[in-house]
Amino acid sequence: MNNFKPKIIAFCCYYCAYAAADVAGSLRLQYAPEVRLIEMPCSGRVDPVVILKAFEEGADGVYVAGCMEGDCHFLKGNIQAKKRVEHLQKVIAELGIEPERLAMYNLSGAQGDRFAEIANQFTERIKKLGPSPIKEGEMYNDNS
Amino acid sequence: MIIAEPKPIQEVAEYIKEYHKVLVVGCGGCTSVCLSGGETEADILATSLRILRKKEGQKLETVVTTATRQCEPEFIDGLKELVDEAEAVISLGCGVGVQFLAERFQEKWVLPALNTILAGGTVQPGQWEERCGLCGDCQLHLTGGICPVIRCAKSIQNGPCGGSQNGVCEISTEMPCAWQLIYEKLTVLNRLDLMLAYRPAKDWSKERSGGPRKMKREDAAL
Amino acid sequence: MKSCSGLEKVLTEGRFAVTAEIGPPKHASAEKIIEYAKMLKGWVDAVNITDNQTAIVRLSSIAAGVHLYNNGVEPVIQVTCRDRNRIAMQSDLMGAYSLGMCNVLCLSGDHQKFGNHPQAKNVYDVDSIQLIDMVRGMRDDKKFQCGEDIKEHQPKYFIGAVANPFADPFEFRVLRLEKKINAGADFIQTQSIFDMNRFEKFMNMVRQRGLHKKVHILAGVTPLKSARAARFIQKNVAGMIVPDEVIERMEKVEDQKGEGIKIATEQIQQLKKIEGVAGVHIMAINWEDMVPEIVEKAGLKNY
Repeated sequence: MNNFKPKIIAFCCYYCAYAAADVAGSLRLQYAPEVRLIEMPCSGRVDPVVILKAFEEGADGVYVAGCMEGDCHFLKGNIQAKKRVEHLQKVIAELGIEPERLAMYNLSGAQGDRFAEIANQFTERIKKLGPSPIKEGEMYNDNS
Repeated sequence: MIIAEPKPIQEVAEYIKEYHKVLVVGCGGCTSVCLSGGETEADILATSLRILRKKEGQKLETVVTTATRQCEPEFIDGLKELVDEAEAVISLGCGVGVQFLAERFQEKWVLPALNTILAGGTVQPGQWEERCGLCGDCQLHLTGGICPVIRCAKSIQNGPCGGSQNGVCEISTEMPCAWQLIYEKLTVLNRLDLMLAYRPAKDWSKERSGGPRKMKREDAAL
Repeated sequence: MKSCSGLEKVLTEGRFAVTAEIGPPKHASAEKIIEYAKMLKGWVDAVNITDNQTAIVRLSSIAAGVHLYNNGVEPVIQVTCRDRNRIAMQSDLMGAYSLGMCNVLCLSGDHQKFGNHPQAKNVYDVDSIQLIDMVRGMRDDKKFQCGEDIKEHQPKYFIGAVANPFADPFEFRVLRLEKKINAGADFIQTQSIFDMNRFEKFMNMVRQRGLHKKVHILAGVTPLKSARAARFIQKNVAGMIVPDEVIERMEKVEDQKGEGIKIATEQIQQLKKIEGVAGVHIMAINWEDMVPEIVEKAGLKNY
């Protein structure tokens, strides 16, 4: 399990997290290479089905990163995103996937350090949880 | 509208455990509006079912579609090809939708993904409440527009009963007493006389008790 | 013995049982019931009392049962699912037991549409099979339907159910009977039999599944008063079959009542020969005073 390299998908709002990733880059801050960023026009634009599909396709963890509450470019997109994530946590729990594998973070576009911190913390969390339970299915196939 | 809520996903997964290809049919009518059975919910359910199957190391093929309304033959006729190709059908319609699909596609198992719970409306975003008991004999003109048949836990016609206190029903402090509401409304309307008048035993033959009901409009028939 | 029932004793001992049926009056006097009790005493093993049959309000079956009981006739109280929920049913069943009732017949009940209160709300909180299971649970598991213990003095009923070999789908009728047996039915009273061929087929399937060994089946017999009455039943009563031959036979004779009694008597003799038939249940609707004569002519008076 030590060499477990999780697949992590981060849906990042263009106005904050994605910009913060740029800042982190220009500051030469190191952050977990397991995290794959997907640029979104707003965290509120993340489709719940897409989050579920990420898990279906083998993601070990997924997080949505949006602006600080009250700072959404589209007023309430990040609040909507937070509610969706909370709802989807219940859905994945029903499917036997730990709800901790899905998270919502808020940060501003200037917080390059915070961006790196989130990426590292979340990656650490997923490493502790181990591979997504969906991979149990692959074990069945190996045996057969 | 009809309000329905999703069944636990595991329960739906259990219904289809022997199938490898299912058609998941959302409904663009009431269940879409109450966020239980529309396009998005159908997609979420299908994905969830595939995830569950994948966890067991098996494959589930899902085809997702949404009918404008499952309670109209003309909107479900078009599903025929998709239904033919699937081993079973999961409906995210209300109980009516499931039955219309089951009747239309005689040879197929049509399985419910929702529990149909009430006829009501949206009281605030994300919250729906019961308003109509479908009794077939509307008496709202006597009660200030508040239905005691469905909003009183005892369907009392000459309320309120002795269990009404502080405006709430004896069965739940979260449930307003319908007769308290009627009392307040009729007071405002200065029509308390309506509440004083004896309401005779109701004709329940017009509701479910009298057997399955039908409505006909000759001029609408083809 | 599972219960305090005399009918159970007769059936367990393998004697051919005879039960009759009376409908309580549409008023509050027991006079007529007591009269029937006196008339039927000694002729039958038990007498059913209908529970507001055809959904017409009548004196309660339990109260009528007490009048029979006090006059030396063993009652079978009928309980339908139409008018009471599980709370009332269990309460009434305990109450009736405390008054000496030992037999209960569990049935769905006719829809109120056919009765004198078509505007009534029906209950059907539990169905007939669930009712059987509930009565059995109170007796054998010593539990209320909710699962709560009945700590003492459980009602110990001899549990009856009905079967209709003349309803559809025919093939399923035997399976439904089996469902009732599995739920806890000890004895069965069938719908009135006029179509003997169909009943023989039914009993054949019953024997194939070995059900006659698990339950006592009492075959339903109804004497026809006239060809007109027979024709009426044929045309208007759901779940009954009257073959044309029977009606024609009635039409041919002057004394139709006498012929009706004769047919009933012959039927009983035929039924007695069918393996698995443990007795007869005579439903002489509005003609209860004919029961002793039928019993006598059929040679069933064995005491």
